[in-house]
Amino acid sequence: MSYLDLLRLLAPETIVAITALAVLAVDLLVMRAEPVRKRFTWGAFIGALGCAAASGWMLGAGAPGGIEGLFVDDTLTRLVKFALLVLAVCAMVISMEGDFTRHVGEYLSLMLLGTVGMMLLVSSADLLMIFIALELTSLSLYILAAFNKQDIRSAEAALKYFLFGGMSAAFTLFGLSLVYGLAGSTSLPQIAAHLAVAGLGTDPLLLAALVMTAIGFGFKVAAVPFHFWAPDVYQGAPTPSAALIASGSKVASFFVLARLMISGFGAAAGRGAWHDYSPGWIPTLAALSAASMVLGNVAAIAQNNVKRLLAYSAIAHAGYALLGLLANDGQGLGSLVFYTVTYGLTVAGAFGVVMVVEKKTGGARLEDFAGLSRREPWLSFCMMIFMLSLAGIPPLAGFFGKFYLFTAVAGSAKNLGMLWLVFLAVAMSAVSLYYYLKVLKQIYVSPARVEPPATQSSLSSRMLLGALALAVLGLGCAPDVFVGRLLAAVQAFNF
Amino acid sequence: MLPWTIYISFIGVLALMLLPREQPRAARLIALVTAVLGLAAAVAGILHHPGGFQPLVRAHWIPGLGIDFFLGADGISLVLVLLTGIASVTGILFSWNVEHRAKEFFAFYLALIGGVYGVFLSFDVFLLFVFYELAIIPKYFLIAIWGSTRREYGAMKLALYSFVGSAMVLVGIVAAYVVSGQHSTSLFDLAKFPFPPGFQYWAFPLVFIGFAILAGLWPFHTWAPTGHVAAPTAASMLLAGVVMKLGAYGALRVAMTLFPLGLQAWRNELGLLAVIGIVYGATVALVQKDFKFVIGYSSVSHMGFVLLGLVTINTIGLSGAVLQMFSHGIIAGLLFAVVGRMVYDRTHTRDLTQLEGMGLGRALPFAAATFAIAGFASMGLPGFSGFPAELQVLIGAWYAFPTLAVLAGLGILVGVAYTLRALQKSFFGDAEVTTENLEAHPLPPITIPEKIGAVILIGTTLVIGLCPSLLLNLIVPSFDLPLFDGLLRGGPR
Repeated sequence: MSYLDLLRLLAPETIVAITALAVLAVDLLVMRAEPVRKRFTWGAFIGALGCAAASGWMLGAGAPGGIEGLFVDDTLTRLVKFALLVLAVCAMVISMEGDFTRHVGEYLSLMLLGTVGMMLLVSSADLLMIFIALELTSLSLYILAAFNKQDIRSAEAALKYFLFGGMSAAFTLFGLSLVYGLAGSTSLPQIAAHLAVAGLGTDPLLLAALVMTAIGFGFKVAAVPFHFWAPDVYQGAPTPSAALIASGSKVASFFVLARLMISGFGAAAGRGAWHDYSPGWIPTLAALSAASMVLGNVAAIAQNNVKRLLAYSAIAHAGYALLGLLANDGQGLGSLVFYTVTYGLTVAGAFGVVMVVEKKTGGARLEDFAGLSRREPWLSFCMMIFMLSLAGIPPLAGFFGKFYLFTAVAGSAKNLGMLWLVFLAVAMSAVSLYYYLKVLKQIYVSPARVEPPATQSSLSSRMLLGALALAVLGLGCAPDVFVGRLLAAVQAFNF
Repeated sequence: MLPWTIYISFIGVLALMLLPREQPRAARLIALVTAVLGLAAAVAGILHHPGGFQPLVRAHWIPGLGIDFFLGADGISLVLVLLTGIASVTGILFSWNVEHRAKEFFAFYLALIGGVYGVFLSFDVFLLFVFYELAIIPKYFLIAIWGSTRREYGAMKLALYSFVGSAMVLVGIVAAYVVSGQHSTSLFDLAKFPFPPGFQYWAFPLVFIGFAILAGLWPFHTWAPTGHVAAPTAASMLLAGVVMKLGAYGALRVAMTLFPLGLQAWRNELGLLAVIGIVYGATVALVQKDFKFVIGYSSVSHMGFVLLGLVTINTIGLSGAVLQMFSHGIIAGLLFAVVGRMVYDRTHTRDLTQLEGMGLGRALPFAAATFAIAGFASMGLPGFSGFPAELQVLIGAWYAFPTLAVLAGLGILVGVAYTLRALQKSFFGDAEVTTENLEAHPLPPITIPEKIGAVILIGTTLVIGLCPSLLLNLIVPSFDLPLFDGLLRGGPR
């Protein structure tokens, strides 16, 4: 394979990386003296163009290809990458509202570089590739979290994120090194073949490696008990960074986790059904999932800062999304991708609303949302859609996502063995309605305490949030647009 | 025509949302026109109904999971669609005085109506569930924003109770979908599938109680009185009038048709709970100080009849239950309209002792007459729709569980007592009311929209009371449909 082929294979990533550099260059060379808002607008515009170009390339790219056992390029990865690009554009547009930094070019190009990392993550099928892509994503996100230099909580958030992240990366690497030692290869298909042939499915060393890897990824997706960074980071980091951490990074991490577990460690799946247990990654992740759903939802009730509330809700949603992985089949993977992508769109929208409110009132406490429906009817309506979708109310995307996950996981084991998790998930989503309604109650029911300035939010925010709300509604009413494609695409996945 | 009931309601929501500023008059008009068109579509649909089961729309919705957009109607659906149409029109007439955020009020109101129509016309379990949950959120906002006494508490309690109930239903649906393995959520496909008895044994109570929470099944009824009391008039009319019926309808349509063996296993327990609800609701209503709480608890009592009728599993009891759903929807709507709109909006109190001193019988003769008629209808006097309905339920219950039927009859007696007590205290108190006194503190007279609304509701309960066969001719043949083979005839024919 020549370098030209390699470049063609990696063209979407390359386009985004070049866009990152272009954004940086334009901002530093031309726009230095302009007001921050204008610099953000142009930067986001160039960034969005680059993302569109990368999407266009994938649309025109021919038959699925890739490098066997190293890099995957098929309809499924293209679909997920497209979602990642959309989420990156959302995060950039949200940041246009911001005045937390003067380093506009650096901020936006780091967002794009983080996105490159996520895209690589989606395509990797090799332990080393996975690790490198993971680090590229993480390092960008650490810096993005620290970008608000005026706020000490931003620094705290970044430091926490970095320390936890470094630690979990060490765990992941250790786990992966054990796998390499057992299987003698870093390529997932070869590992899978070796584990299956050698009957190493229940080897204690492999199980230790699985647990280590699960710890690392548990951190990335903020599953209990590796979630401690999330509330502080979501609250402290600049809101657009939090949006990217909550949306794009989650989609990519879940996808690569699924690839690692399903196609790499399929031999060590184990069983986590009621009265039918055997060790492996399914019971491990089932425990993480159950703990995340319970703790995330219960802790969210007590929050009075909307960003923290969204952080705990993100923990809970990580628990739901893990259900799709536990199904360990095509339906499960399809539901996982559908769920994480729609969750990403929803939470990006929610953070977009938080950004606007934060700018107007100076905070993101629940009281700051009081009376929002009188000042900003459109944003309030969008927020209602986002919150209800997160709570899983039909006909929004969050509801169908949950239904799809539940049917996938319930049908995956004999005799409804996994229904106990569905029970738990449904019970917990009933709990979650309480705190989502608390936010909506502030917006629609409570009168405003202090009248904030009567200026309207910017047109870009209103358009973005409207588009996201429409997407959430549309994917809920006509999920087949996405599900149909997904189901066709997962056929190509190597189970 | 019938699917248009749903579409028209949501078009109305859209129209209201696009309405520029606060324009209460325009909002009211749009809402009324929407509701009237919905009712017209319902009536036209009923007149053109060919009998039996009529499929209306069937399109693939999510082929990947075998979910269809499947609307249809049998006699049971038709009766409840008609109820929804009447309740929605009269509800708007009784909220003609809403000025505060009127546009949003009617938007939420019509969204609720659209969801309710959808539930009654869905023959795909997934679709039914979507519409069912769609109705939860508007209720929350209607109560929390426009309600009275402890509205935020009442609204949240109602939303959480409904959501917990629908969570139970969701688990049951997911499990049924997976167990049947037919890759379909159509009610017909699922009803034909013989679910294993062991599965039905736990899935039935899960789904039945999940739905019955919304129907006010004792001991899960506590959302109902607080919710009704907190809600604004139109919302409590809808809540008691149609939303509680959603629960009973879901229990019949989904839980009972899918899991008939489960029903066999649990019917005694559920019958007992229903009768406790009848007697308990009536007894508690007897000692309430708040006028609206009396009606709230009376709803629990009357919905007990619906649930009792359902678990009799004989055609007479089941059709009585459906007739009672219709009848109670009309009567409860009327009672709440008198209490919430005619009395409370004028006197600003619902305390029965305070009302006793006001001499409302003379001040508001129209309200007094309406309440007296509604009260008689609610007691189950012959000539009103409650009589044939509760009689059928009692006969059905007599075949199924005689002891419980006697106890339920006792509940009717207590019902007479609390209705008369409320009537006497509210309108015909002992206080000496002189004409000068009335002139010194005049109450605003009853408005035209209120009168029209009251006349529609009274007329409906009278027509059905005098000629129940109008509805029974729709309801009874429905139970001969293949859908109910498992429930009534021990398995598919």
